[in-house]
Amino acid sequence: MQFFGSSEISPSPPVPTASGNNAHMMYVFNRNGVCLLYREWNRPLRTLDSNQDHKLMFGLLFSLKSLTAKMDPSSSVEKGNLGVPQLPGQGCSFHSFRTNTYKLSFMESPSGIKIILVTHPKASDLRESLKYIYNLYVEYVVKNPLYTPGTPIKSELFNTTLDQYVRGLG
Amino acid sequence: MAPAVPRSGDAIFANVERVNAELFTLTYGAIVRQLLTDLEEVEEVNKQLDQMGYNIGIRLIDEFLAKSNVTRCVDFRETAEVIAKVGFKMFLGVTASVTNWDNEGTCCSLILEDNPLVDFVELPDNCQGLYYCNILSGVVRGALEMVSMKTEITWIRDMLRGDDAFELQVKLLKQVPEEYPYKDDE
Repeated sequence: MQFFGSSEISPSPPVPTASGNNAHMMYVFNRNGVCLLYREWNRPLRTLDSNQDHKLMFGLLFSLKSLTAKMDPSSSVEKGNLGVPQLPGQGCSFHSFRTNTYKLSFMESPSGIKIILVTHPKASDLRESLKYIYNLYVEYVVKNPLYTPGTPIKSELFNTTLDQYVRGLG
Repeated sequence: MAPAVPRSGDAIFANVERVNAELFTLTYGAIVRQLLTDLEEVEEVNKQLDQMGYNIGIRLIDEFLAKSNVTRCVDFRETAEVIAKVGFKMFLGVTASVTNWDNEGTCCSLILEDNPLVDFVELPDNCQGLYYCNILSGVVRGALEMVSMKTEITWIRDMLRGDDAFELQVKLLKQVPEEYPYKDDE
């Protein structure tokens, strides 16, 4: 079994298919940790109930963000202790990480919207795609007068458009 | 490095869907007129306009961020510049200038020479206390709150009251740090 830096990944997930749908799932959180949206396309294994799962994901991102900012060797600004609350957008942030079985791409807007897309590990840089999804969110959710900000999104139109877009991702 | 913050909203303004300026002005006028009829008190109308603006602001911020590619709003000075140059241009089609900084850099004025909301408007005598454009202060307050800046916004000058420009004072009360939202015992 290998743990680090290997080009040979094992166990290897099925190679991405040309027909698309290499995405496993997607989360959208707001700043208060409310899961606004959870979409699932391909997730055979599930170990937690959905509520715990969302919290775990949010907690992972939150901790990882403060870790990456703390580790940042390039900034000379005094960063304070690990875990000290930061202003949103302060310090650096990560945009993806990859394990041997999946890749997680992450985007956060200054308004605290976090978009997380979990895909096949061979997926390319998805930063632009996440930005596009953020734009979809603006068009289909934020501009919908019947949507109350901060509540879970229940928009068929948004889901359909999103599914279509994600299916087309490489 | 984060991409450079846009210095002007012209490009974005050219690409977004727009409505006819007169239609916009008249619709806004109709709303204010209706509020005056419904609420009777000028003070109440000011409050209501501010609240409406706030509700717009907390949504509008996401559209602004998505279209302008702004990735961080930490520095208040920079944020004020972006609001004046990009934000106002994007949503109102005019730009504001930022002046009158205080020494701590927490208070400044946004000055609008040109304001499409007030075309055709004259305040009658019984509405002298009305801040006709109070919706704008609500929008700015709501949008800034979403990027964790608590602000207090006051009108300093108002062309409808005979001043030579619109001046909106933005005072930063505090920046709210990001905290872990869940409690341990949940």
